[in-house]
Amino acid sequence: MSRFIELLRRELRLALRQGSDSMMVVGFFVLAVILFPFGIGPEPGILARVAPGLVWVNALLAAMLSLDRLYQGDYEDGSLELLILTPAPLELLVAAKVTAHWLTTGLPLMAASPLLAVFLNLDATDLGVLLLTLAVGTPTLSLIGSVGAALVLGARRGGVLISLLVLPLFIPVLIFAVGAVDAASHGFPWTGQLAILGAILLGAVPLGLYASAAALKQAAE
Amino acid sequence: MFGLQNPTKFLKFAKLVGPWLAGSTILLIGSGLWFGLFNSPADYQQGETVRIMYIHVPSAWMGMFAYSVMAIASAIALVWKHPVADHLARGSAPLGAAFTLICLVSGALWGKPMWGTWWVWDARLTSMLILFFLYLGYMALAGAFDDPERGAKASAILAVVGWINVPIIKFSVDWWNTLHQPASVTKTAMPSIDPAMLLPLLLMGVGFTTFYATLLLWRVRAEILATRIRNIRLAQIHAEGA
Repeated sequence: MSRFIELLRRELRLALRQGSDSMMVVGFFVLAVILFPFGIGPEPGILARVAPGLVWVNALLAAMLSLDRLYQGDYEDGSLELLILTPAPLELLVAAKVTAHWLTTGLPLMAASPLLAVFLNLDATDLGVLLLTLAVGTPTLSLIGSVGAALVLGARRGGVLISLLVLPLFIPVLIFAVGAVDAASHGFPWTGQLAILGAILLGAVPLGLYASAAALKQAAE
Repeated sequence: MFGLQNPTKFLKFAKLVGPWLAGSTILLIGSGLWFGLFNSPADYQQGETVRIMYIHVPSAWMGMFAYSVMAIASAIALVWKHPVADHLARGSAPLGAAFTLICLVSGALWGKPMWGTWWVWDARLTSMLILFFLYLGYMALAGAFDDPERGAKASAILAVVGWINVPIIKFSVDWWNTLHQPASVTKTAMPSIDPAMLLPLLLMGVGFTTFYATLLLWRVRAEILATRIRNIRLAQIHAEGA
């Protein structure tokens, strides 16, 4: 546990010192969502209808944009090999990286979404459900994304490749998250969808950790 | 596994079995096409367009089957490091992608006269489309490395992760579809199929399987030979350098 915290602190310190990355993710997220009223028209009814989907699709894209920096820097300067050589299990490193990734992207995305709810005319209860789905869903994105980021280390055009690998695997999260908010806005029970999102997260924890660790091992060989 | 993980033995096996598979493919698909096109009844609702089924349904089967072959071979390659399993997985991917594409295109051609539109977001259509993208991702990753060994390993991990996700994607798409799908468009369920239609369908199904197996054997043979040529060239370059 202390190793995990140490690794996590390293990641967070790096993220803070390198600064603007997570701000840029949030900036992209807000800007991309703001484009949609120009694309589909400013009628409040339509915007409120498509708001959960818009917020979630753009959250997926924003989370994906920040994935290539997850392992790339450590891979290039060689510190990844040193981290692999430490006695701590590699899954622990992955867990720390993923947690740091979520803290620097998933959490800021959640913080920015109330603003977007105002822009998109989403009412307060729906916003609450949207935030809950983001809270349960974005860690899954970080976990699955970590597998993609680890697999493309050393590949040609890795950044573009990640999207092809990871986006199809994001689809279930998108479906259930938007389903929960849609159900809530129509006055239906929505806890079932949230429970499935939670189940997907629980499944993604072992899968993401083991697969990322395996991918990192073969990348560092 | 009968010693087939040894490339030399596999080459021998492929040489022995290949012609038989190719011959039975010609027989099965030929007779299946004959029964399907000329000797089976037209559907009472769909008319002659139902004959698209004899291509569409077997290619959907093979699209899913090839993914399973790819994922199982990848898992074997990861655990036991059998070189032939790597080649099997890589050879299976383009074949599966092609079958999935055939399924999607023939489905669109079938959908236009039946549903009046090329594409509906039907659960089965949608999951086949996602499967196609999983194939594309696998092939892109396998080809993205300068070192083919790395590509093989990375894509093997991806195939296994994707395979675990396939049922989840399938379930979520089904769920999403029942929520959004307007009731006017329903995929023609075929609870009872006329035996005269079942015969060509089964012939085509088995024929597509042997067709896939034939092509897979060829691809693996070609890959084994390509690896050997590369090794010989490397040895030559080293010999010249020394």
